[in-house]
Amino acid sequence: MNTILAAKGVSKKFGDHTALNNVSLEIPKNCIYGLLGPNGAGKTTLIRIINQITYPDTGTVFFDGEPLQPEHIATIGYLPEERGLYKSMKVGEQALYLAQLKGLSKKEATKRLKYWFDRLDIGDWWNKKVQELSKGMAQKIQFVVTVLHQPKLLIFDEPFSGFDPINANIIKDEILHLKEEGASIIFSTHRMESVEELCEYIALIHQSEKILDGKLSDIKKQYKNNIFNVGLQVSEKNDVLQKLEEKHKIWTPSYNKEDEQLDFKIQLTSNNTGALLGYLSEKGKVNHFVETIPSANDIFIQTVKSKTK
Amino acid sequence: MGKLGLIIKREYLAKVKNKSFIIMTFLSPILMVGMVALVLYLAMLNDSDKKVITVLNESSFFKEDFNSTESTSVIRFKNISLEQAKDSTEQLGHYGLVFIPNGNSLEEVANASYFFSKESPTDGFLDDLEDIFQYRLKQKRLEHLGVSPEQYSAISKNFSIHTATFQGKENLKGLNELNAIIGGGFGYLIMMFIIIYGSFVMRSVIEEKTSRVIEVIISSVKPFQLMMGKIIGTSLAGVTQFTIWVLSGSLLFLVVFLIFDLDVTALQNGGTNLPQAQAIQVASSGMEDNVQKFAEMFVQIPWVSLFSFFLVYFILGYLIYSSIYAAIGAAVDNETDTQQFMLPVISPLMLAIYVGFISVFSNPHGPVAVGFSLFPLTSPIVMLMRLSSGIGEGGVPVWQLVVSIALLLVTFLSIVWLAAKIYRIGILMYGKKPSYKDLYKWLKY
Repeated sequence: MNTILAAKGVSKKFGDHTALNNVSLEIPKNCIYGLLGPNGAGKTTLIRIINQITYPDTGTVFFDGEPLQPEHIATIGYLPEERGLYKSMKVGEQALYLAQLKGLSKKEATKRLKYWFDRLDIGDWWNKKVQELSKGMAQKIQFVVTVLHQPKLLIFDEPFSGFDPINANIIKDEILHLKEEGASIIFSTHRMESVEELCEYIALIHQSEKILDGKLSDIKKQYKNNIFNVGLQVSEKNDVLQKLEEKHKIWTPSYNKEDEQLDFKIQLTSNNTGALLGYLSEKGKVNHFVETIPSANDIFIQTVKSKTK
Repeated sequence: MGKLGLIIKREYLAKVKNKSFIIMTFLSPILMVGMVALVLYLAMLNDSDKKVITVLNESSFFKEDFNSTESTSVIRFKNISLEQAKDSTEQLGHYGLVFIPNGNSLEEVANASYFFSKESPTDGFLDDLEDIFQYRLKQKRLEHLGVSPEQYSAISKNFSIHTATFQGKENLKGLNELNAIIGGGFGYLIMMFIIIYGSFVMRSVIEEKTSRVIEVIISSVKPFQLMMGKIIGTSLAGVTQFTIWVLSGSLLFLVVFLIFDLDVTALQNGGTNLPQAQAIQVASSGMEDNVQKFAEMFVQIPWVSLFSFFLVYFILGYLIYSSIYAAIGAAVDNETDTQQFMLPVISPLMLAIYVGFISVFSNPHGPVAVGFSLFPLTSPIVMLMRLSSGIGEGGVPVWQLVVSIALLLVTFLSIVWLAAKIYRIGILMYGKKPSYKDLYKWLKY
């Protein structure tokens, strides 16, 4: 069994509003899976279904091969986007309470909390009240509580919000570390640079439907549309450009007279670059010829725009 | 059970450790008892402020009728004019002057009598004054009809009828009232408890929503578990607080009553402001009898069944109302938004108390009382008021009790089910003030 979680035809309606429409996806084990989508697309509903906070109207969710059951909750760690702590409780007490709700014994929870508090350098917060902490400090504690019971599946919804860059990096490293230790991670965010950095797989949900999913590198390959960045050393540019524009689409040509360098973007009809390269070499010296790979951000925007009803 | 236990423990500790809760727990009895002590003290002050009245009696009647009592001193003027009497009364700062002119007959004298005072006298004082005249006038009129003063005294002795049930069980007069007071006390206790600790539950739900801790918790436990844990934990804290209140309150009251002991009995007789020859006789003969009767009545109250049914109605009633409170808390984002939902919750409670005190008091087994003691939202209060008169013979028929509890149980189950549905949806809804229509929609999610 290579999938930690599989959703099969999951739909959920709230009154007249369809939050999820026949969504199916598979999340491989031991990877970081990016769950993307514009605001209100249905990501949170899907995450809540996985956490058994709400239940699908139709469809089934399988956890590690079995239909999702209440016992699975102890093996899932969830850091919601809307998160907080009891303000008037002490940090230690609160972390213990939340850990015990996840099924840890008090003794075990204390031991692990001590370990994590030391690891994140927050050991002296134990007896502080939550209302004395800054937002970032409270977020750290929530992160600890989420991972404390060593869940097989971790769900992070915007885990970096509220962190300064230094702490965001610490948390990012911890997430990668957890993955190395064997956890599977669902990662929901709007920050595309962290998707690029962390995720191996992504799914894009838009208007209650899954419109794209798969391995990020595969998706990028699919979304390549034979656009190349070209740098050509040539003394007479107009002739070359004219000739090329007859057959291809050309963007942003620019010419540097001193270096006699012509830069432009060109789209080919196929992946066959031989003819073009041959022609270019005849005309001058090819300084660079690079295929542009779309960023996650590009794919996100392009897909969402094209699929918006 | 483990998780529910954890939640109950947290809710209980969070409540009990709360500073304002601790302050309220220990301050309230002191405040309450302090108020009562203050009232007693003020009453005593008032009492010790004896009224001094002067009497100028020019007639041959009413010679023996004006005497000093505990609350009133009497000064008799003799051989001075009315003007002189008025002047000296006013100058000495006395309460007033009773002027009885000379005349041929008692009636003539009475009709010409006056009470002069600086301010208009209190009604109670005037009533007592009039009683003195009235008593003599009645006696006089009856004498005309051939009744001697001794005979009249004998006539005016009170009569009370003996009452019993058909089975021959002797009833005590005033038992109904005592029952209603005790039942009313229990009913009132339930209402106070619901209102105080129900809104605690509500506030605690709102706090979880505004601090956004709710979704973290909800991913570990079922919303229903959280709701029930919250209700049970809060009510245990409530029971703790109530117990402390009752214990420390009664202790303090004991102390206060020990200090004021003598004056309490004085207060009961203190209603009479004027010397009343006849009133004293009646009062002294009645006192011991009353105490004995009261003790008898007290024993007759079915305490065991009353307490057991108090528990049943208290637990079910409290659970019904506090789950409604929890649902309201879940539906809104802050406490100000709760207003629109509060009135429909409070009104059945209020109705129960008023109907209870007005209708059950006068007729504990009349149709109104029966109706309200069956209706589940009012039965916890009204039925308890009725139950103090016992079950079965002379009390609440068994079938009514069964129907009432059955209805309450059904309502309990359905309300908790509905409230849990609203709660489950509501805790994850932010930013929108819900209408009743929204709540109805949530029920169908």
